[in-house]
This record gives sequence, structure tokens and C-alpha cells, in this order.
Amino acid sequence: MSTITINLISGRTIQQGVSMEGGKETDKYMKACGIIEIDESDFKRLGIMKNTNVKVKSQHGEVIVKAIEATQGPHPGVAFIPMGPWANSVTSPETYSTGMPTFKGVPITIEPADREKVLNSIELVRSKCWGDE
Amino acid sequence: MSEYIIKNGKVYDPKTGIKGDVADVCIKDGKIADKVSSKAKVIDAKGKTVMAGAVDIHAHVAGPKVNEGRNYRPEDKLFTYKPTGKNTRMSGGFSIPTTFKTGYEYARMGYTTVMEAAMPPLYARHVHEEIKDTPIIDEGALPVFGNNWFVFEYLKNNEMDNVCAYIAWLLKTTKGYGIKIVNPGGSEAWGWGENCTTVDDPVPYFDITPAEIVKGLLTANEQLGLPHSIHIHSNNLGNPGNYETTLATLKIAEGVKAKNKFGREQVLHHTHVQFHSYGGDSWVNFESKAKEVAEYFNKNKNMTMDLGCVTLDETTTMTADGPFEHHLTSLNHLKWANVDVELETSSGIVPYVYDPNIKVCAIQWAIGLELGLYAKDPLRTFITTDHPNAGPFTRYPRVIKWLMSDKSRQEMLKGFKHSEKVIAATNLASLDRELSMFEIVQMTRAGPAKALGLENVFGGLAPGMDADVVVYNLNEDKIKNPEEIETAFSAADCVFKSGTMVVENREVISNGNKRTLWVDAKVPENKQVERDVQMKFLKFYSMTINNYEVSNHYVPNPYVIEVDSN
Amino acid sequence: MSKTVTDVICPFCGTLCDDLVVVTDDEGKKILSVENACAIGAEKFLHSSDHSHRVTRPRKLQEDGSFKEITYEEAIEYTAQMLVNAKKPSMYGWSSTNCESQSVGHEIAELCGALVDNTAAVCHGTTLVAVQNVGIPSCTLGEVKNRADRIIFWGSNPAHGHPRHMSRYSIFPRGYFTGKGQKQRKIIVVDPRCTDTSSLADVHLQVEQGYDYELLQALRAAVRGQELTGDIIAGVPKEKVYEAAEMLKSGRFGVIFFGMGVTQSLGKDHNIDAAIMLTKDLNDYTKFSIIAMRGHYNVTGSGQVLGWQFGFPYSVDLSRGFARYNPGETGTIEVLKRKEIDAMFVLGSDPGAHFPMQCVKEISKLPSVAIDPHITPTTSICKVHVPVAFVGVEVGGNCYRMDNVPIESRKVVEPPEGMLTDQQFLEGVLKRVRELKAN
Repeated sequence: MSTITINLISGRTIQQGVSMEGGKETDKYMKACGIIEIDESDFKRLGIMKNTNVKVKSQHGEVIVKAIEATQGPHPGVAFIPMGPWANSVTSPETYSTGMPTFKGVPITIEPADREKVLNSIELVRSKCWGDE
Repeated sequence: MSEYIIKNGKVYDPKTGIKGDVADVCIKDGKIADKVSSKAKVIDAKGKTVMAGAVDIHAHVAGPKVNEGRNYRPEDKLFTYKPTGKNTRMSGGFSIPTTFKTGYEYARMGYTTVMEAAMPPLYARHVHEEIKDTPIIDEGALPVFGNNWFVFEYLKNNEMDNVCAYIAWLLKTTKGYGIKIVNPGGSEAWGWGENCTTVDDPVPYFDITPAEIVKGLLTANEQLGLPHSIHIHSNNLGNPGNYETTLATLKIAEGVKAKNKFGREQVLHHTHVQFHSYGGDSWVNFESKAKEVAEYFNKNKNMTMDLGCVTLDETTTMTADGPFEHHLTSLNHLKWANVDVELETSSGIVPYVYDPNIKVCAIQWAIGLELGLYAKDPLRTFITTDHPNAGPFTRYPRVIKWLMSDKSRQEMLKGFKHSEKVIAATNLASLDRELSMFEIVQMTRAGPAKALGLENVFGGLAPGMDADVVVYNLNEDKIKNPEEIETAFSAADCVFKSGTMVVENREVISNGNKRTLWVDAKVPENKQVERDVQMKFLKFYSMTINNYEVSNHYVPNPYVIEVDSN
Repeated sequence: MSKTVTDVICPFCGTLCDDLVVVTDDEGKKILSVENACAIGAEKFLHSSDHSHRVTRPRKLQEDGSFKEITYEEAIEYTAQMLVNAKKPSMYGWSSTNCESQSVGHEIAELCGALVDNTAAVCHGTTLVAVQNVGIPSCTLGEVKNRADRIIFWGSNPAHGHPRHMSRYSIFPRGYFTGKGQKQRKIIVVDPRCTDTSSLADVHLQVEQGYDYELLQALRAAVRGQELTGDIIAGVPKEKVYEAAEMLKSGRFGVIFFGMGVTQSLGKDHNIDAAIMLTKDLNDYTKFSIIAMRGHYNVTGSGQVLGWQFGFPYSVDLSRGFARYNPGETGTIEVLKRKEIDAMFVLGSDPGAHFPMQCVKEISKLPSVAIDPHITPTTSICKVHVPVAFVGVEVGGNCYRMDNVPIESRKVVEPPEGMLTDQQFLEGVLKRVRELKAN
């Protein structure tokens, strides 16, 4: 097991849309968006089984999500987290004076964290805002 | 409602034939009245000019193009913003002002009725949302018909009853006022990146010509007896030598008599004629053909025109003539927006700087004024700037000044960088006619009201007409400096809209009670058109038929003109 | 017995489908089924109709993190006081509501000197900036259906983000001049990932993430017949760039649809400048348009109403008494980062889920109100949560599709008893703000 560095993008998925409309407080939303999609080859580099929790870190924060195999791949070297608070725990607020944060193209590291728990969206945001961090 | 009496002003009113005599104007219950009670509030207009509220027959003031112009030109707002006032919202913008500013500025100039010049039917709801947010002034909107697939197909099959039934349906559905035609056939051709530049260029695929489209819609308009005539922007706008296309278009209407119950006498209104009166065959030998075009209008009394005067400002051009805007962006390389609308029209937007140092711009400036000066019948010749295409409507006072003062024109002509070339390419230097105040009133009040079929409602001071009245601080007999004309017309001393005082001491004091004008033409039931509409929506539109109609609540204060075309 | 409502507008994405059929119970209270909608749209209708897990009254955050129910009047009072007392409040969102509500909100913002911004701030804001830079040759979606034989999806994955776009307008439909539907069209997808959309493409240009600008300019050069240097351009073999350029030029009517892949990646508005200029260039050879794949169903409408009322499409700062606009400065993300605003009002958006966490943390420190029918990360960190009726389900109102076409949404069912709509709540706030300002 090791830590890998990879390029993160975030975006919509149909499961993200459906579960969001079904309620962001639900586990369904967490299962749809509290994930990171990575390539077969990157799993090998990481040395973990698919569907294992990982810690994703960037210059801007960190978050626990479940690593799953890319549903729309292959895209070696690129990781994908559906848009939502999990992705936004690590995306870049830098706008380069355009007003638009950098939601795509954020360098991150992924490390195994199979003992840690993925929080639901409400817990996650509340802990980020009011937690110990 | 309050009563008012405007006392001792110099009154100008073609409707009642008053030409600057001192008289009183009475207002009661929102209408002009013969007399008022002693309780009436007195407005002293001694030494001032009194006339009806003005009617703008052609301006792009609301809808998708206008708003795209606003949104894509943040620079147009620079240095223009006024903060929130006691009775007014914050407002800004120069060539494409916000809806609030549009209402306030028209009202301050004494304009009380405005016709939005081009409404794409699919976007009609947007047009009406903006009209609703434009205070004070009464407005209507002209849906575009000249590139509509239904119209093409019915005309090609010579099914005039179907054309009429479709027009009636679309006017009702979009809450529209009349038939606008923009670059007939050419805007559809633009769907494939092409154009129609003469009246005989066939429209790709549809196998119909601009001449046939104009003739057909003109015939339908008279068969329906609509209050306004067809309102046309002909093919080949803006190109050297285009006056021939203009004359060919006008010829289609030669000799046709108007049929309607609204006192309208013309069967064709040609808009922004300045853009259509060009000679030469390149920008090098570009010259004025205003005389030729104006003389044609002088001879043919069943036609009206508006000028489309260039005001030499930085402005934003916008038209349903999509191919023209593409042509323009390739000339000036400024940002180009385009929207082609399924089955109905195209449109485009390009900012433009009419620079007095550029020969062509100065010639365009002269052509607009020449048309106004050559025209023999001010009741058929209306002042516009095709806002914002040739300049913003807020420049009307300046255009009036130029038309009324030879001195002001000569000063302009002398000041141009290419003065000699401009004088050589135009006739303006030799035209010393100065329009009178009465003629200006004909061109801005009685004339456009009559052309819109509204001569008994707007643009006059006969008892029973809507009390739209303006007092300007100006006396025609005592003008020392032409600038006084521009100053006076820029902001009226007071303005009444339907009997409510909306402007006092040059400032807006009330948001009035604005209305939306639309035409409800009753035609016999027509099953075929109903079926055709259903079918086209099902197969070719991106919206369902049941979501197309503009619901009444977008037109909260309607002024519906009913026409029995059965 | 049941009731059927046809021609229903879907209040989810900018595709704004208007052909849904919704069946309700006889009393018009519960939705039984939704036809024609995509999975997301159907879920939106069905979820809203299940009242068991909806919050139906405003609630106020307590010290311990729990919420206490308050009345709408109390919520109106809190909101009005907060906005009136703030020096520079932000009024953000406006994308999941109707134009009528936006209009009332703008009046409040004008009175309170607020900053009004919509979700374009984190979505197509850079597109709006690019349009201000270079314009936009475009068309309605029906034109695409009737004429287009070249379709490009650039940084956009409609199979997931706009599920019915491809069947209604872009890839599959048969229109007037496109009777053979998909067979008549060539599809190009540009995406760093192989997506469910790229699997439908004739050509997939798997651009290296973040290199869209380079690829766009290479295509512009190729379209003009200029020589490209280097074998691989932005991750794409040179031959494929030539092939794509030829495909674009050889069509009769082409359209570029673009999404977050270009607006949010490095380069931002410059990427879109290049995409628009490519479109403009192509009009020298054939007919071409470009359309932004707008996200929320009425984010476009917010831009329109802001446009005709203030002259700018988003990030409008009214705090100086007149409208100012400079997205890199007045954008909500920037003002939060600079800690410049002192109150946060959110309606019709969920910044708690969709802003970078640094900005979410700033929101949580401010006096704040979130107006939202759902429970969301935003409503969970705001001081007051005001649930309202679902626009497009429980109340109608005007909305603008991604091509700026306005469509009036429909009311299908009654909201839970006693719930206010966005517009009603805002009108209450406006009335109270006027009273407070008068004193």
C-alpha cells in the first residue's frame, strides 16, 4: 500500500443527480458522491482493493471517500469525484481573478484509509465548519 | 382621478389643427376633456410648448436581442448609473439601458407609447416580461413573420385564408401587435449561412422569393384589416447600392389601397429607411440616394417610413437580420452574437462605433436627415434612430435639433474629418429646409399614431383621446440657439400619461399605469391551420404547442384592440 | 380516479424538457407517476410529493446544533432584519426558482445594497465573461434538431448531466432537414475521460485534462489549413485534429455544446473565448453555432432578469447604490474568501454542497438564511432554514432554457398545507424591509 499523486476532476453523474433530488441527507447521496473513481492501473499503484475507503488530500483540505473503479474509463492519471461536498473538501477555491473556482484539475494524493468512515453530506459539512479542524 | 388644466401654452396638435396658438388643454379621468371643474390643478404653460405624448413606431427596447446586448456589453453601463430614487429604481446603460431606464428616459422626453420592433414568437414571453418591467410607457410588440415556415408554405400554395388564420393565431398567442418583416427570406437562408439580397432571390429549399413573401403578407394584412400595416425592413440592408432593392420592395405595394377601420391609410411601413438608401457599389464610392427614395415616398401616398437616423455614437446594433450582423462583424471585427430561431427567424448583435471621423458614418448621418428634409408629408415620415441600431433613442432631441436647424447641420458637416467627401456624397449641404415645430409634432405624434391605427387614442389632443400630454420649456418663435431645442426635448417640464402626471420639473415622479397593446383579430375557424400548427409543433419545434402561448398574467394591464376579420 | 397533467416542465436541468406527463391522485395532492422524464427529473417530482421527510415549517439553528421550528413570520422578521442590518449582504442562488421570485429578490437586494449572484458563479460564469469578450454565435435547440449534421460535445457529458438532451435536440432526433436522425449526423466528443457520451461519438478527442485551450487553437489553425507542429497536441494525435477539423468544415450546420470541462478547468474564460472563435471561424466555411450546457433549470432566467433590471448577468454588486460588475472581484466565491460580506441569504441553490469548503466555512460563520424545499448541507449550516414549495411542481412561474427560450413551468400538485412559495416569502421580506427602511 502506498500514497499516490493524481489529477482530480469533479462533475455530474446521473446517480449524483438522482440521489441529490432524493435528499442530500440520505445514505444514497453519500453512496453516489462520497466516492472517488480511479483507474485500474492507479489501483495497482495504490495497492488496495476496489471499494476500499481512502483519504484524499489536496492543498485545500482532505476527505474520506470510497475508492471505486472508474465507471467511465479508462482514464489513467485522472481521478473523478462526483460534484458535492466530498469533492469540494479538496477542490481549489482559486479563481485566478475570474470568480470561478478550479473544480477540475486539482493535484491530490490518495492514501488507503480502510478504517475510516465516509460521512454523509450533512455530517461532513458540519464537521468541516464546526469541527476541530 | 385628478383634473388638470394646462393653461396658456403654445399648443401644437395636427389632430385638431392647432398650429402653435395659445390655448388651454384640459385633462379629466385620464382623457383629454373639453373643460374641467374649478378644482382642476392648474399648470402654467405660458411661453412654453404643449403637445401630445410622442409615439415611437420602431425601437428595440425589450426581448432576447436587447437583453443579450445588455448582458454581453458590461462596458455600455460605464458612467451611466443612477441610484435608486424616491419613485424610481436604480437604472443604467447607454445604448441598451435597463428596462427601468428605458421607461424613465422615454417618459422624460415626452414619449408615452413605444412599439418594440421585432419579437421572435418563440421568445414572446421574454419580450412581455421586459415590457412588464418597463415603467410608464404603453408598449406593443411586432412579431416577425417574414421568415416563418408556416407563412412560406401557405403563400407558396396560395392559401391566403390560411395565412390570415395563422397570423391571427400568432398575434393572439404571442400578444403581438402587427406584422413585422425583416429581411424576408434572407433570415431563413441564414440558417444555412446564406442570404437573399434582392427581392427575387429564392429562399433555399422553400422555393419562394422575398417579393412573394412581402406581397403575400401585405395582402393578408389588408384582408385581416389590422390596425397597423406590414412593417418592413427590406433585403440588402446596409450595403452600398441597396436603394434599388428598397425601391423594388416598395413597388410591391404600389397602388394597393388600405382596408381597415382604424383610419390607417398606408399599406406598407418601411422602417429605418436611412439604412436602405445607399448608392455606389463599394465603401469607396458610397453615396446618398435619400433623394431618390424620398421622392418615391412622396409620390406614393399609401406608404410610410421612419428615418433611422445615425446619431454618431457608440452603440449596439441588433436585428432579426442575422446575415447582416455577420457581415457587420466581418467589417468592424467587434464581438458578434447570433441567434437563429427555429421555424421563425434569425437575429444578430454587434456593437458599432459611428465615428464622425469615418467618411461612411458621416454619410450615413447625412442620409437620415436628408430623408426627413426631402419628405413632403411629415404625417407619413417618422423620426426614429432604429434604437439602438443607428443610435440610442435618448438622442431623439438631437435629431429633432438637426432637422429644425440648418445651422446645426452645417456646423456638423464642416466639422467632419472628411468634410468635403461627405458633402460630395450627399445633398445635405444644399438642403436648407428647417422643419417647423408643427412638422416635428406630425412626425413624432399624429403621424406614427395614425400609421399604427391609433389616431383616435394617441398622438393628439382632441377631447376623448388618452391624456398623454407634454409641456416643453421652449418657444418656437424665440429660439436663439439650436441647442435650446435639444435641451428642451431632452427633458420635459411635465408629462402626463393617461392623465397621471409622470414627469414634473424634468424628473420622473410616478411609475404611471403602463399598458401592453396587442391585437386580437377574429377570423373564421380554420381546422387546417389548427392541424398544421399541431403537426409542426409535434415534429419540428423544441417546445410543445401547449407551452407556447403567452399567458395573460404576463400582460397584466392589456389594451386589446379587437379586429373583426370574419 | 386520478388526474393527468400534460406538457409539464421539468425543473431540473437547463434542457427544460416540457413534455412530461404527471399523474396525480384525484385531489391533486400526491404524484402517482411521471412519464417522459429522465431518472433525475422523475425523482424530483416523486420525492417532492412524498411529504413524510419534508420540513414544512421554518426552523432556527440552536446552540447545540439542533433546529427549533419557528413561524414564517418569525423567519421573515429574521431575514428582513439580517438584510437591513448588514452592510454588505450576499443574496445568492436564484437558479432553482422562477423569474417572478428573482424579480422580488432583486428589489430587496436593491433596497438593502446586496450583492446578487446566481450559480453561474460556479458553473457557466466564465462563459458569460467569454461572451462579453468575443460574443456568441448561437441558435435555439429546435434549429439543432432540424438542421444540424455536426454535433460537438466539449467538456460536457449530457448522458449524465442533461440526460434527455441527446434524444430531444442533439444526437438522435429527426427534424425538418434531418429526417434520418443520428445517421445524418457526425458526433465529436472532447473529454479527458471516456464517457457514456463519448461512446456515441464518431470521434472522441481524449484531450489531456486542462489543455482544452491548446486543442481549440490547434483546431482553429487546422480549420484554416495551417500546419500543426508536434505529433501529439494536448494529448491528441495530430492526425485526429486534422480529421476533426475536416469533419467540422464539411458539415452543413454544426453546433458546439460545451460544459464544465472548459468553464472550470484552467484557462477558464479563455477556453471559451477560443471555442467561440472556432465557431465564428467555421462560419466562413459553413454554418456553426455554440451553446452552453447550462446546469440549473433556471440559472439562465436569473441571468436574463438581472440583465434587464441591472444590465449584468451575474455577480452584481448593488452595495454602492448602483450596479457594479466585476466577477473576479464581486463574485460570491471571491467575496467569501475575502470575508467581505456580513450576511448570507441563499435561495434556490446549495453552496454548502457545491462551493469549495473554504467558502462554505465562511458562510457558516455568518448570519444566514437558506430558502430551500430540501434539507441540504447549506440549510444545515445556516442560522435559519425556510422550506418552501417546489417551483415547477407545487407552483408555476417562468423559466429560461439553456438557449434562453422562456417556458412557463406548471403547478402539478398542492404544496403541503400552509407552506409558502419562494415568491410569497420574498414578498413578505420585501414588505418588512420597506417598513424597516422607512423608519
